[in-house]
Amino acid sequence: MGLRAEALENRPDTTSPLMVAGERFLADPSGALFHEGERALLVADLHLEKGSSFARRGMLLPPYDTGATLAALADVVRRYAPRLVVALGDSFHDPFAAARLSDADRTVLAAIQHGRDWLWLTGNHDPLPHEGLIGSVSAEWHVGPIVLRHEPQTDSGTGEIAGHLHPVARVVGTSGTTRRRCFVSDGLRCVMPAFGAYAGGLNIHHAAFTPLFGTRSRIAHALGRDRVYAVPITRCIADG
Amino acid sequence: MLDVATPLVSLPPRIASWFAARGWSPRLHQLALLAHAAAGQSALLIAPTGAGKTLAGFLPSLVDLMGQARSRPALHTLYISPLKALSVDVARNIEIPVSEMGLPIRIETRTGDTPAGKRQRQRRDPPDILLTTPEQLALLLASPDAAMLFGDLRRIVLDELHALVTNKRGDLLSLGLARLRRLAPGVQTVGLSATVREPAELAAYLRGRDDLPPALVVAPEGARAEISMLDTRERLPWAGHSARHALDEIYQALRGCKMALIFTNTRFQAEQLFWDLWKHNAENLPIALHHGSLDASQRRRVEAAMAEGTIKAVVCTATLDLGIDWGDVDLVINVGAPKGASRITQRIGRANHRLDEPSRALLVPANRFEVIECRAAIDAASHGVQDTPVPRTGALDVLAQHVLGMACAAPFRAEDLHSEITDAAPYAAVTREDFDRVLDFVAHGGYALKAYERFAKIRQDKDGRWRVSNGRIAQQYRMNVGTIVAATMLKVRLVRSRTGPMGQTLIGRGGRVLGEMEDGFLESLVPGDTFIFGGEILALQAIVEDEALVQRVQSTTPKIPAWGGSKFPLSTYLASRVRSMLSEPHAWPELPSQVQDWLDIQAERSLLPPPDSMLVETFPRGGRHYLVAYPFEGRLAHQTLGMLLTRRLERERLKPLGFVGNDYALAVWMKADIGARIKNGLVDLDGLFGEDMLGDDLEAWLDESSMMKRTFRSCAIIAGLIEKRHPGREKTGRQMTVSTDLVYDVLRRHEPDHILLRAAREDAATGLLDLKRLGDLLLRIKGRIIHKDLDRVSPLAVPIMLEIGREPVYGEAQDEILAEAADVLVEEACGVEGRSFREPA
Repeated sequence: MGLRAEALENRPDTTSPLMVAGERFLADPSGALFHEGERALLVADLHLEKGSSFARRGMLLPPYDTGATLAALADVVRRYAPRLVVALGDSFHDPFAAARLSDADRTVLAAIQHGRDWLWLTGNHDPLPHEGLIGSVSAEWHVGPIVLRHEPQTDSGTGEIAGHLHPVARVVGTSGTTRRRCFVSDGLRCVMPAFGAYAGGLNIHHAAFTPLFGTRSRIAHALGRDRVYAVPITRCIADG
Repeated sequence: MLDVATPLVSLPPRIASWFAARGWSPRLHQLALLAHAAAGQSALLIAPTGAGKTLAGFLPSLVDLMGQARSRPALHTLYISPLKALSVDVARNIEIPVSEMGLPIRIETRTGDTPAGKRQRQRRDPPDILLTTPEQLALLLASPDAAMLFGDLRRIVLDELHALVTNKRGDLLSLGLARLRRLAPGVQTVGLSATVREPAELAAYLRGRDDLPPALVVAPEGARAEISMLDTRERLPWAGHSARHALDEIYQALRGCKMALIFTNTRFQAEQLFWDLWKHNAENLPIALHHGSLDASQRRRVEAAMAEGTIKAVVCTATLDLGIDWGDVDLVINVGAPKGASRITQRIGRANHRLDEPSRALLVPANRFEVIECRAAIDAASHGVQDTPVPRTGALDVLAQHVLGMACAAPFRAEDLHSEITDAAPYAAVTREDFDRVLDFVAHGGYALKAYERFAKIRQDKDGRWRVSNGRIAQQYRMNVGTIVAATMLKVRLVRSRTGPMGQTLIGRGGRVLGEMEDGFLESLVPGDTFIFGGEILALQAIVEDEALVQRVQSTTPKIPAWGGSKFPLSTYLASRVRSMLSEPHAWPELPSQVQDWLDIQAERSLLPPPDSMLVETFPRGGRHYLVAYPFEGRLAHQTLGMLLTRRLERERLKPLGFVGNDYALAVWMKADIGARIKNGLVDLDGLFGEDMLGDDLEAWLDESSMMKRTFRSCAIIAGLIEKRHPGREKTGRQMTVSTDLVYDVLRRHEPDHILLRAAREDAATGLLDLKRLGDLLLRIKGRIIHKDLDRVSPLAVPIMLEIGREPVYGEAQDEILAEAADVLVEEACGVEGRSFREPA
């Protein structure tokens, strides 16, 4: 009950609070995290130009993913008006992706970035800075005691927020199951859901999560239609 | 029933004496095919198993080939079957007369298993007769030397045609046939088929638009099968498909026969039954397992043992349905629902190859509804009723694949290829406009936003002819040819592990491959988890690249593999038969007494569903209100109906929470008292089940339908949008995929009339959504819905109620699940449950 009451206080319709290493964030159903103190908005794994990245190899995926991802990003940025946006790596699907941005998408991105600080963290898909883009580039960043980085590390230290794994939860109810992107957190570490339109998901029961959380209890903050639902891991099952 | 006008020809002396030496005489239908071949006419032969169908198909080729000297090696006859095992088997069977008559005819097979060297040689130096599959034909036709290879082709033999034409493989093959007719004008086509509902429809598949209609040759039926249903002494289950209750009775039936085949509907059921039978196998009867996921060498061993008669029983899936020599099988046991009358008749007909002896079959229903369905199937079979599917309209995704293949073969003009593909019966109605859209799709994705011109897969040269952009695209085509879209599979390899010097576990490589399994299932396991595969309990050691490394373990409680396998919906014909049986108590004495009792109580408590109306029951249970409808239109149509109905109930503010459908019924549950509202006239059932739900509701629902997404995935892969395999990435293929669900979402939002979405919708209408059948249902029950408001669950509703909780849900119900799960957390956080545990009793 406490959880719900707190949510009501702030943004009753869309967000729910998510505590990492004692810092309070708001989890948005778009998959973004917002730190009110710093007015910082975090997004992970945009994978921009994934469609054209596949097209280069002969798989002509619909060329609308970058537009769709940027539209969602523009929407969440408009709602929170952050001072700083941090993209937690894999913002572009390959090292040449930024150069393939269409003029229209480039304009939209610039408009989203306008009037705020912007930080691109590097990821395994985009290990180097992209030429011709606004914003600073770094491997890590800090919010209070928390390290922000792309790939979660086994030793999370004093707190960590990362992306890379694209967590999804398959939640069981009495009438069936539903599969959703989610934040997964044990209170010290949080792995963010992928934000990109073509970024697939990895079930939080996958072995890749084991070294990060071990057997510690963790919560899946599943993205619902209009809000984020905190679901105990015991209510989530493996795919298959 | 031979066509009386057929002038019969006599056999050449050499062949006639071969028949005589064996004490055989040629059958009439064999001679009829010879006569039609001599007259230059294509033909469709309908004959039961054991009637010498295959020999009939090849005799004209043998006669032709022995009569003429050919100047250079050239392909004379192409034989195509749905199964590569069948090609190998038939090659062996045709070799016998050829070598015994000393004919200088070379016969070879070409399948996915044929070594690359031999495949290359076959193109250079082709055999007289080549036996192959639709995929291999597509590959051959997509090569630049296709014109050379097929230029002298005289005959095409299509085996098990009834099975070939019912799916996208049949579409692909039809396009290949159209190309063959162009490469080898005058080529004759012979179709060999089991009995079908409408032979003329099937014959249309064989001809080009300028050809004469193929001759229809129908061989006499063999003795009718003796089919019985197991009348179990055990308690009949209410739901489920395992038939575990009847295990001992199945075992006893095996003891009394020479050799039995035990068919199940899915691979999982086969594994489970095989496992259970062996636990029960006190006499150590040689019982084997055969299904499509097992390693080919393992399957070949089982098939060889069947031919030698050294085996008592084989637990199998539909993989054994076609063609393979069944040896001395004298009993067919079908576990679970038969699903279609023709399906079961064809299956049973394969036992006891001698035509004069009836084949024997035992149907083992796994639950109460299946009892009725089995009874209906037995009645249908005894009346010789056929319920084979209607001919298909060619799928556009398959056309896209074919267009790319043709560009790999040689440059083409759009108008020529359009004219050629409309010569294939399933594609006869494709307009030039639609063809051009497919062409655009193949070239650069066919998107309104022209972003991919520079990545185009095919391009027009200065003469306006389309050619493939580069060799890599052609290689991609070759690696992804075909229409069978399975889940990504991992090889299951048996390994030995040992303890290393530091006490760590070292896993060896290089053990035997047991078969393959879906990666989704294997990845849900952690090392050490056990599962049944190939009749053994295995423990997962590790997943390395595309292999799951496993070890044998001693265990009796495996974690069961949750394979989907194939699920056929109940055929329309059987469904109507089941409906009429339910409503006719005088037919019940043929049913087991347990089932009669069940129906009696249903009649007392509620109502038996009348054949021409639809029964709807409503009742409260566990704080919810249930609506159960009994359309008997098959699981797929019911699931679609469930989705659409749920949307309408949401709109009426009845707060639906979920639904579930099986082959017979549909249950929806909600917060509001639906029964009372129907009685008080607040909800109109006719309106609720109105045909207009196939309009806007359907469109809105398609946005999030998982069935639609699955359909789209398969279309996207077949059409070449997504690759199954990528050159140089075979090993890591499963890591480089993109989620087709996400692609679907994006495409639907940005370009809802894209050609691939249209292909997926057309597919879904007859496939996973079964819209066609749902439409027919809504029309059938218009103004004929009977409502029973009950105070508790009815006997007939029990089976469907037991299926609740197994299926994914959609719409608002999704967030309901999330909220419900979140409530658990709130309770945990507030310590409500925790406290009650700690408190002393």
